[in-house]
Amino acid sequence: MSVVTNTTTIGAIEAPSRRNTELALLAFAVVIPVFAYLNVGLAIDGKVPAGMLGYGLGLTLLAGVAHLVVRKWAPYADPLLLPLATLLNGMGLVLIWRLDQSPRLIAKSIRDFGSFSPDAPKQMLYSAVGIAMFVGVLLLLKDHRVLQRYTYISMMAALVLLLLPLVPGLGADVFGAKIWIHIGGFSIQPGEFAKLVLAIFFSGYLMVKRDALALASRRFMGLYLPRGRDLGPIITIWAVSLLILVFENDLGTSLLFFGMFVIMLYVATERTSWIVMGLLMAVAGAVSVASFAGHVQARVDAWSDPFACAEKVAACDQMTQVLMSFGSGGILGAGLGQGSSDLIGFAANSDFIFATVGEELGLTGVMVFLLFYGLIIERGVRTALAARDPFGKLLAMGMSGAFALQIFVVAGGVMGLIPLTGMTMPFLAYGGSSVIANWALIGILIRISDTARRPAPAPAPNPDAEMTQVVRP
Amino acid sequence: MNKPLRRVAIFCGLLVLALLLRDNWIQFVRADELNAHPKNTRVRIERYANPRGNIIVDGKPITSSVDSGGNYYKYKRTYVNGPMWAPVTGYASQVYDANQIEKIEDGILTGNDDRLFFDRTLSMFTGEKKKGGDVVTTLSGAAQKAAFEGLGDKTGAVVAIEPKTGKILALASTPSYDPSTIAGSDDEKAWVSLNESKSKPMQNRALREIYPPGSVFKVVTAAAALENGKVTDINAPTDTPEGWKIPLSNREMVNHAHGCANTSLIHALEISCNSVFAKLGDDVGRDKMVEMAEKFGFNAEQFTPVRSSASVFDKNSDRGGNALSSIGQFNTATTPLQMAMVTAAIANDGKLMKPYMIDQLRAPNLDVIKQNEPEELSRPVSPETAQKLQQMMESVVTKGTGGNADLNMDGVKVGGKTGTAQHGEKNAKRPYAWFISYAKTSEGSPVAVAVVVEDSAGTDREDITGGGLAAPIAKAVMKAVIKTRG
Repeated sequence: MSVVTNTTTIGAIEAPSRRNTELALLAFAVVIPVFAYLNVGLAIDGKVPAGMLGYGLGLTLLAGVAHLVVRKWAPYADPLLLPLATLLNGMGLVLIWRLDQSPRLIAKSIRDFGSFSPDAPKQMLYSAVGIAMFVGVLLLLKDHRVLQRYTYISMMAALVLLLLPLVPGLGADVFGAKIWIHIGGFSIQPGEFAKLVLAIFFSGYLMVKRDALALASRRFMGLYLPRGRDLGPIITIWAVSLLILVFENDLGTSLLFFGMFVIMLYVATERTSWIVMGLLMAVAGAVSVASFAGHVQARVDAWSDPFACAEKVAACDQMTQVLMSFGSGGILGAGLGQGSSDLIGFAANSDFIFATVGEELGLTGVMVFLLFYGLIIERGVRTALAARDPFGKLLAMGMSGAFALQIFVVAGGVMGLIPLTGMTMPFLAYGGSSVIANWALIGILIRISDTARRPAPAPAPNPDAEMTQVVRP
Repeated sequence: MNKPLRRVAIFCGLLVLALLLRDNWIQFVRADELNAHPKNTRVRIERYANPRGNIIVDGKPITSSVDSGGNYYKYKRTYVNGPMWAPVTGYASQVYDANQIEKIEDGILTGNDDRLFFDRTLSMFTGEKKKGGDVVTTLSGAAQKAAFEGLGDKTGAVVAIEPKTGKILALASTPSYDPSTIAGSDDEKAWVSLNESKSKPMQNRALREIYPPGSVFKVVTAAAALENGKVTDINAPTDTPEGWKIPLSNREMVNHAHGCANTSLIHALEISCNSVFAKLGDDVGRDKMVEMAEKFGFNAEQFTPVRSSASVFDKNSDRGGNALSSIGQFNTATTPLQMAMVTAAIANDGKLMKPYMIDQLRAPNLDVIKQNEPEELSRPVSPETAQKLQQMMESVVTKGTGGNADLNMDGVKVGGKTGTAQHGEKNAKRPYAWFISYAKTSEGSPVAVAVVVEDSAGTDREDITGGGLAAPIAKAVMKAVIKTRG
């Protein structure tokens, strides 16, 4: 006969923390990029690359610190998120380093800018800052619900971040998109951070107003329309951010924000009518933007028939090179370091880094990377499902949704599924803001998942427990 | 909130699924199409990523590859004696593709050919760099040199064939160009000037230009007359009046030579009587003339394996046209290769061998991948007819207009035929000087040559004759071949 010691209905069985699983996965996440690094070195120079030890130790150190912090301060966190992000970040470093070795890109840089400086060391630094950001989030944010307090501050911060690139002297117009600011020697893309801050605002506001939005509505043509005072602020913020982004020529981010907004509204209110309205608004927005923005038309042209477009416009040549990169990769790829994805030229290591994956790792490699991203999204959604508080649910869902949309918009654009919008593949592409912001995103998700998976607090001692105890013979 | 969350999760899954499907579409379904796209520079980058194999003459390469240090195309093609060999090698340019042997045997030269699969696999394991195979030609350096230097700064072409086998020994075309000058990636200026040059240096005159053959075509007419029994005794009078009237016209056939009236076939060839051969062509008839010309290879492209233009003998001409065609005027037009084939067939006792210039293809480790064997193309004339034609052509050299080609070597007989082809509106342009000839020893004929000199600036119009301009070049080529074989 078994002895039942727990008689409460709420399970207080100690949930496994899965920290050792995470450690084992992290070992893979470090070893695979290190081998990839070795592979590139052997393919290009025929010898073991000199930086291999430094790279391996650096990556191990970063992963180790992140793991220890999670072990100590978020012991019940999802075990997959950190290894996936580490692996992608590590592979991104290898791919950027591989493109640094390209004599064609070096020559092009010297021709265009008079000098060449490798991007991989800078990316290593950004990755370190990114991990520091991750650690900072876990240390400072003991409970994600604290963020609810900053709902309106987040709103202001998002607007300021989005407006910064338009400030004269601070903003910079880089290849047509005004999405950068220069401070000292650094350039920052505030949009990447605005993504996080806006998700916090949406979560905080929707959590409070979701009942009003869902219930206090009038029926109009089969759709539930909420009252203006409930929806007004959120529509305003969303519209302002879209307008700013349209002026900054950053269509990918506009799409991302809009998608995130619709998803969170739908999740908060549980009303399908939001999807319908969202789609209608998206169509209206797309048509109006396309009608007055010439560069949108150009992007659509480049997408519908890049080869025909390349005959007329030199810029379309980039898209044809990307497609030929993918084609040349075939099923198994040319092998790391042995492709010609550097023919893409400018932005080969940022916007188009996925083409290098396609050419050198082939269909197989691209599918693996897409599944890795898919796993991150899946773990994010799981976190949202498991979260016990509506704010955490909304925040986790908003961030995972934004992440999914970003993957779709970037990879879809690079592979010619949708028009190119010029965003970067999270963790893989070169760029400080992107790496840092995405590490912060992973940090917040880990914090929410830790709270969600943490065993429920032991129920208060029941005074009747003693009396109902089974007396055994 | 969990129900919408699950739906959104499915939506996110669909986004990833769409990406996976799209990726399969471009990397699996469309991969071949994208790889074969003309804008895809990867093919050219690959072509020059490793040293190309070489084209070999007399055991020595006439091409090589140098490391140009370029960011796109690592190795660059260079040529030894480029202008002299250009009609054989063609060019391989980093930007402007390639042609002739460089293009036709590109698979062997780059090492990508399927027949080199084992070499590639082997070198992958031994860690050797990928190398291309070699193309060994049938050409003779001495004959080519004699031909090229003989042409000098004149415009023209020379083709020399070994009659027994059909091996091409010389293939010269002037003015020529150096393929090295357009091999690199920044040779646009040279490329444009070569293409726009009025002297058309990139034209392969030996294979791709068709000229009116003039009197050298008379050997074909003679062959047709003998084969069809219109003439049985080459020393008998041919019953041709001086002033033979061209059928369906009021004009008479003009003879530049004196003493053509009623002369014998052998003498008519010696002094090149137009009237005799025009009448013979008329006697034989158009259809039989076409048949004979086609047996020699007219009206068809030849693949050596570099493609030649098709020579023309008009299948639809009327009687008058046929008579004019029979002396190599009117619509008759031929490549120098074609006339060399005619000469070779006669020298080889009536058997025409398929002309070819690639002897073997070799793997980088010198294993022979493919050995070309001589191949019979046709038998245009019987051995008896061939003997008679030889007798007549030898008489052209000993007694007639071809004296300049006589080698004066013991045991070597030379047969030839001169030609001075008129062309242009009302013959206004400067005539082409032709010469075809063969040398013969007791062991058969080692060489048959056709020479055409298109325009020879500095020579008086009256002095442009096949015997004067073209025969010395043919003689030099024959001498070079006999010396190297002797």
